[in-house]
Amino acid sequence: MTHGPALAGGLLIGLASAGLLLLNGRVAGISGIFAGLLEPRRGDKAWRALFIAGLVAGAAAVALLRPGTFRFDVVRPPALILAAGVLVGFGTRLGNGCTSGHGLCGVSRFSPRSLIATATFIAAGALTVFVGRHLLGTLP
Amino acid sequence: MKTSLSALACGILFGAGLALSGMVQPEKVIGFLDFAGAFDPTLAVVMAGALAVLFPAQALARRWTAPLQATRFAQLPRLRVDRRLVAGALLFGVGWGLSGFCPGPGIAAAGVGLRDALWFLPGMIGGMLLFRAWEARAHRPLVDETGVPVPSAENELAS
Repeated sequence: MTHGPALAGGLLIGLASAGLLLLNGRVAGISGIFAGLLEPRRGDKAWRALFIAGLVAGAAAVALLRPGTFRFDVVRPPALILAAGVLVGFGTRLGNGCTSGHGLCGVSRFSPRSLIATATFIAAGALTVFVGRHLLGTLP
Repeated sequence: MKTSLSALACGILFGAGLALSGMVQPEKVIGFLDFAGAFDPTLAVVMAGALAVLFPAQALARRWTAPLQATRFAQLPRLRVDRRLVAGALLFGVGWGLSGFCPGPGIAAAGVGLRDALWFLPGMIGGMLLFRAWEARAHRPLVDETGVPVPSAENELAS
């Protein structure tokens, strides 16, 4: 198994985040950018909407060029995915960030909050997979 | 106008990177979190690639007084590590482990129309709105991704 595409994809993600920082002075935290769109009285929706639209378009373009990009080997129960979405939405707002905002932008500026958050969500995710897949055997 | 165009361009690059790296496939993410099973290091490779670009970019940003197309960098107040941060990261991590989606890949996969993500995205929006309602009930000012209070009716009342 080669890690070429993963490394190239990571470099692109880094370039995108660096671009948003150095051009617009913004943190490329997806949960925060997206949550801003849900604020009825917020004025700066244009750049947020364009960033999110671009994110979907960029992923769709790669999927067209590389069939199998969105291939799913395992389909999980809808109720489980819905509940996971609620946890992700609530948790990223309570903790002020997700994999991109804390894990990449925050870690790259050595923010203690982001380092702690990143270690915590990776540990919580790993524990969830361990319990669900290996202890209970209910997670695919 | 220029900031809108660069936001769009950065979004496209970000989405392309997510798709190319395989991070839109929940199995790869769950594989990374599965230390006791068939561990898949892909996510670590992706993070290493992104950080290799971001470390020098942050060093550059620290030396600049302003970004190229805006008057100032988003203010990042020095917040403490508190219970809210850790509790939020815990909840997020559980949802991430259950679904294999974090916000970026979830939005991208829902945008492309994948069944799993079409359940994930409404859940995530619901969770964010739930948090908003919960904060409003406690009369706490809402903050954005940088920790800066969001201009809103609730905040004007709270401040």
